[in-house]
Amino acid sequence: MAQVKITGLKKNYGAYAAVKGIDLAIPDGEFTVLVGPSGCGKSTLLRTIAGLETITEGTIEIGGEIVNDVRPRDRDVAMVFQDYALYPHMSVKRNIGFGLKARKFPAAEIDKQVNQAAALLGIESLLDSLPKQLSGGQRPRVAIGRAIVRNPQLFLFDEPLSNLDAQLRDEMRGEIKRLHQEIATTMIYVTHDQIEAMTLADRIVLMREGLIEQQGSPLDLFERPATHFVAGFLGSPKINFLSGRLRRLPEGDAVALDGDSTTLPLAKSRRTDAIPNDCPVVLGVRPEHTTRASGERPAEGMLRLTVTIELLQPTGSRTYATFRLGGEPVVAELQAHDVSRIGESIPVDVDLRRASLFDAQTGQAI
Amino acid sequence: MNATARNATPSPGPRRKRRPRWTADLGRFLLIAGFVIFVIAPLYWVFITSIKPSEDYLAVPPVWFPKEPTLTHYNAALFAYRGLNGLINSLVISSAATVLSTLLGTLMAYSLARFNTGGQHLSFWMLSQRFLPPVAIIMPIFLLFRTYHLNDTYVGMIVVYTVFTLPLTVWMLSAYFQQMPASLEEAALVDGCSRWQAFLSIAVPLAAPAIAAAMVFAFIACWTEFFFALILTGRNAFTLPTIFRAFLGFQGAQYGEASALAVVSLLPSVALGMLAQKHLVRGLSLGAVRG
Repeated sequence: MAQVKITGLKKNYGAYAAVKGIDLAIPDGEFTVLVGPSGCGKSTLLRTIAGLETITEGTIEIGGEIVNDVRPRDRDVAMVFQDYALYPHMSVKRNIGFGLKARKFPAAEIDKQVNQAAALLGIESLLDSLPKQLSGGQRPRVAIGRAIVRNPQLFLFDEPLSNLDAQLRDEMRGEIKRLHQEIATTMIYVTHDQIEAMTLADRIVLMREGLIEQQGSPLDLFERPATHFVAGFLGSPKINFLSGRLRRLPEGDAVALDGDSTTLPLAKSRRTDAIPNDCPVVLGVRPEHTTRASGERPAEGMLRLTVTIELLQPTGSRTYATFRLGGEPVVAELQAHDVSRIGESIPVDVDLRRASLFDAQTGQAI
Repeated sequence: MNATARNATPSPGPRRKRRPRWTADLGRFLLIAGFVIFVIAPLYWVFITSIKPSEDYLAVPPVWFPKEPTLTHYNAALFAYRGLNGLINSLVISSAATVLSTLLGTLMAYSLARFNTGGQHLSFWMLSQRFLPPVAIIMPIFLLFRTYHLNDTYVGMIVVYTVFTLPLTVWMLSAYFQQMPASLEEAALVDGCSRWQAFLSIAVPLAAPAIAAAMVFAFIACWTEFFFALILTGRNAFTLPTIFRAFLGFQGAQYGEASALAVVSLLPSVALGMLAQKHLVRGLSLGAVRG
């Protein structure tokens, strides 16, 4: 087990800068997820930690030792690749034991370790199969087995579930989480799937264009996004963005939406001193922050609106209903029976205390 | 009544006029038979000629199988015409050149495929060596060899054949390495291998079909090469193909001896082809193979 410390890391491919300066400290035993859109540098960052890419500038420390010039095999890390990289010409048993064999472990010891790892992952019956005989759900298990058998101080996962169908992905996600709870080794996991990031991570590091946009606990990022980009990246269905201008009114601050005359009052506790009156802003309202209104009056901090439903997407437990606010479509996550048909007008309460407010020019949270 | 009933309920399958199945089968059979005859007939004729007495060579009507088969032509070809020496020389030179070409070619191909060594131009330059007609480079090679006393030696011929077959080997193998996912060797690097170990324990075993195919091609190219051997060898390192000159003499052609030597020279190629047949198909289908 080891902590990882990355300081001023840059990686260029010729003129193209893939990673533009990353500082990151990962404590021992933490499950860190690097997430971001394609091309944000998350996989490159992972590969530099593994030693598969040289770095242009900065340092990488694993377990207190600077490993910039240490070969991959001497870093004591294990990696699960996106395509699993199972050696096609070796049985599952030899695949899992390969790392131990390369490190000259005695055969009896290799057997013992391989059997232990296989038991942990429930793949004992597959040990004599070849990779091509394995099903989609068995391959990642073997790849993970190959990683855990060496008992490394750091695990690296490079989008290991992106090739699986939705059901298998859910199942494997659970297994990886359970594995981390059992072995409690530092893990760094790359994904572009925000659900994977939210469910697995102790800490999410959200990257964009080679830089860290925000890092913190999943709920931290979800509820208090530092930028417009973070708010838009996390959450499914996506957060609703409403453009408008900040108005300082006698009864308190509000956002006047650009599309129509709707004015949405902001919570009193929100500090907006940093920006001037009439400044263009974007209000982010998550679908789950809109509920079907009940009772005579809205609760404190809630805004009651009567809206006409334009689109319904029932998922069984919940129904996503789309209506228009300030001329823009807004998705609300309602209870399954809150709304029955398109065109229906219903009263809804929008929780503006939990909405996020961003400066429209800089994208920074206010 | 019957007819209307049939019209009313059309059969579920497509209704079109089809020739009976046997005509299609016959056509296919004839085509394949024709091709087999085209390939086999000359070989048969060469084999038969090699065991015919001399008077039967050009007999009319042709002799399809001699009444008294003889091995005298083999005796003459192998010993009087020094065919056995040629055979040994060819085996030594071709085998050594094949092994060298495959060893070097595998390393070069891996380097081109994985490290993009020499950029785009080096790999094309390698292939461009095959564009040169041998006659364009034979004079410099001849003069160079004379200076270093390599004319008419095993070493000289092995060098020439290695260089001559390398482009093909490199080209075939680098295409194969390119389609092999780099993550396999990267996994080995993280697992505890050096670059060399990853290359030897992962990349090479996986490329075995392509390496086998490249070896067969290189061997056959060396085995059948005539021009370099003609110019660069003499009494010592002469190869099998160069002996055939001797059969066209002033007193007419020695068909029996030529055929006997042709049969002998066919054997290694055929044996190698059969041995590597399984790999050849996989090795040549390159990107089509998925692990």
